[in-house]
Amino acid sequence: MSADTLISALYVFVLAAFLGYQVISRVPPLLHTPLMSATNAISGISLVGSIVTAGARYNTVSTILGFIAVVCSTTNVVGGFVITDRMLKMFRRKEIVKKD
Amino acid sequence: MRTYFIEFSYLLASIAFILGLKGMSHPETAKRGMHLAEFGMLMAIIGTLMHLEIVTFTWIIAGLAIGSVVGLAMGVWVPMTAMPQRTALSHAFGAFAAALVGISEFYREGGHLQNRFMMGALGFEVMLGALTTTGSMLAFAKLQGLVRGTPMTYKGQNIFNMALLAVTVGIFVYLIVVPGSMPLFFTMVALAFVFGLLLVMPIGSADMPVVMSLLNSYAGLASAATGFVLSNKVLIIAGTLDGFSGFILSILMCRAMNRSMTNVLFGAFGSAATATAGAEQQGSMREVGLDDIATQLAYANKVVFVPGYGLATAQAQHAVRELADVLEKRGVTVKYGIHPVAGRMPGHMNVLLAEANVPYSSLYELEQINPEFPTTDVAVVIGANDVVNPDARDNPTSPIAGMPILEVDRSKSVVVLKRGQGKGFSGLENPLFFKPVTGMLYGDAKDTLTRLVQAVQHA
Repeated sequence: MSADTLISALYVFVLAAFLGYQVISRVPPLLHTPLMSATNAISGISLVGSIVTAGARYNTVSTILGFIAVVCSTTNVVGGFVITDRMLKMFRRKEIVKKD
Repeated sequence: MRTYFIEFSYLLASIAFILGLKGMSHPETAKRGMHLAEFGMLMAIIGTLMHLEIVTFTWIIAGLAIGSVVGLAMGVWVPMTAMPQRTALSHAFGAFAAALVGISEFYREGGHLQNRFMMGALGFEVMLGALTTTGSMLAFAKLQGLVRGTPMTYKGQNIFNMALLAVTVGIFVYLIVVPGSMPLFFTMVALAFVFGLLLVMPIGSADMPVVMSLLNSYAGLASAATGFVLSNKVLIIAGTLDGFSGFILSILMCRAMNRSMTNVLFGAFGSAATATAGAEQQGSMREVGLDDIATQLAYANKVVFVPGYGLATAQAQHAVRELADVLEKRGVTVKYGIHPVAGRMPGHMNVLLAEANVPYSSLYELEQINPEFPTTDVAVVIGANDVVNPDARDNPTSPIAGMPILEVDRSKSVVVLKRGQGKGFSGLENPLFFKPVTGMLYGDAKDTLTRLVQAVQHA
């Protein structure tokens, strides 16, 4: 990692931190559980790192570790999004609940 | 060209994630936001599969397939009451993946990374990943009831933990200065795994909302560190968002209990030592009859339900909603007062009630509902204890002094549904139960509520 890449990575980190603070502070307590499972699914993006590790054939150890990492992250991505969707479907307004 | 395509897919994913989380600010926009985030994830995965370094797809496809099946099964079948356990487990998975990628990178480079900064990022990734993995596994076991939920303490625990952490960080610093030692690196990883267990051991079930948020934060930061190691910006962005989300939630949870983070992590709250505090209560509890309560409810103008974790353990969410339905049919205004730490993870109680078809417009936060109690005819406390303990407000010597509570004692009448005469998670006596305004109704919450529904219908 050259100095330039490092600096730009740090910029991304700091800006993402500010943005995260702004965005997350606006989430009402009502949705804190779906928020947690959603951010969980989103941080399953470490899948992209795992995929390269599993498929690059660096050495056997890396392939095995990468494979396990792919399984773990995919479980998070799929499970996290499915559960978040399921939860959000339950939050209904009064009129809609009455119709059921 | 290929590189541009990959980077573009990552950029798209980053935007989708941010907008997706922005949608979470309201239940109506949240669903669309999540679909957007799902689309972003798909783009990022497709982009990654184009990566030049990938030579074989066998393990990738196998991993994606197994992960999808497990994830889908979990997603579809896990009941809402078990959401805290599921979330703990997924923190463990996410953190474990980050740790494994880090270990693999270290092994591949033979311990000599490009520069010290990379080693620093990798060390963070692996340490945070490892301790979050075991910490979350233990949290899962506690929440699932596989091990006792009470704090596990022993003499000199904090000192031992600190010493272990110091040794781990010491090795980490040494590896940055003098890179290359495989055995030392794996010792560090092993110690981090052990430290995760030790960190969660002394924390009781009632403090789980804080721990869950904190582990959430660690798992996210581990992902962000992975982003630094792989120079992958979407990983940095997504990991940081996750890390900050968990961090903000843990602060909110601490504030809701008026405790500092240090106190939650090292205080072993709810263990025998703190339970003896609090003066003996004067007076006696007043037990009331089911029919009296039914009449009171039926002829009330406004009723506020205050559910606690006891409601979830009794599986009484649907019974509450039925009672609310018959009351609303009689023209009674029904609201729900939700304390931020009701349940085992942030916002848990809201999800449980939403599942039972309670419209979210009836769910009120602490600050919104407290001014309404003086005009409330009947406040019904179901399986909640510490969050309605007036000592937190009135008695400065109480261990929970200053904790924001739902001020049910200000309403005209209070009914407490309780299994038995036991104490809350903090082990404190609750003066609310001894107030003249309070009536106690003992028994299983679900059973009591179902009988109340019938009684109200006949009132």
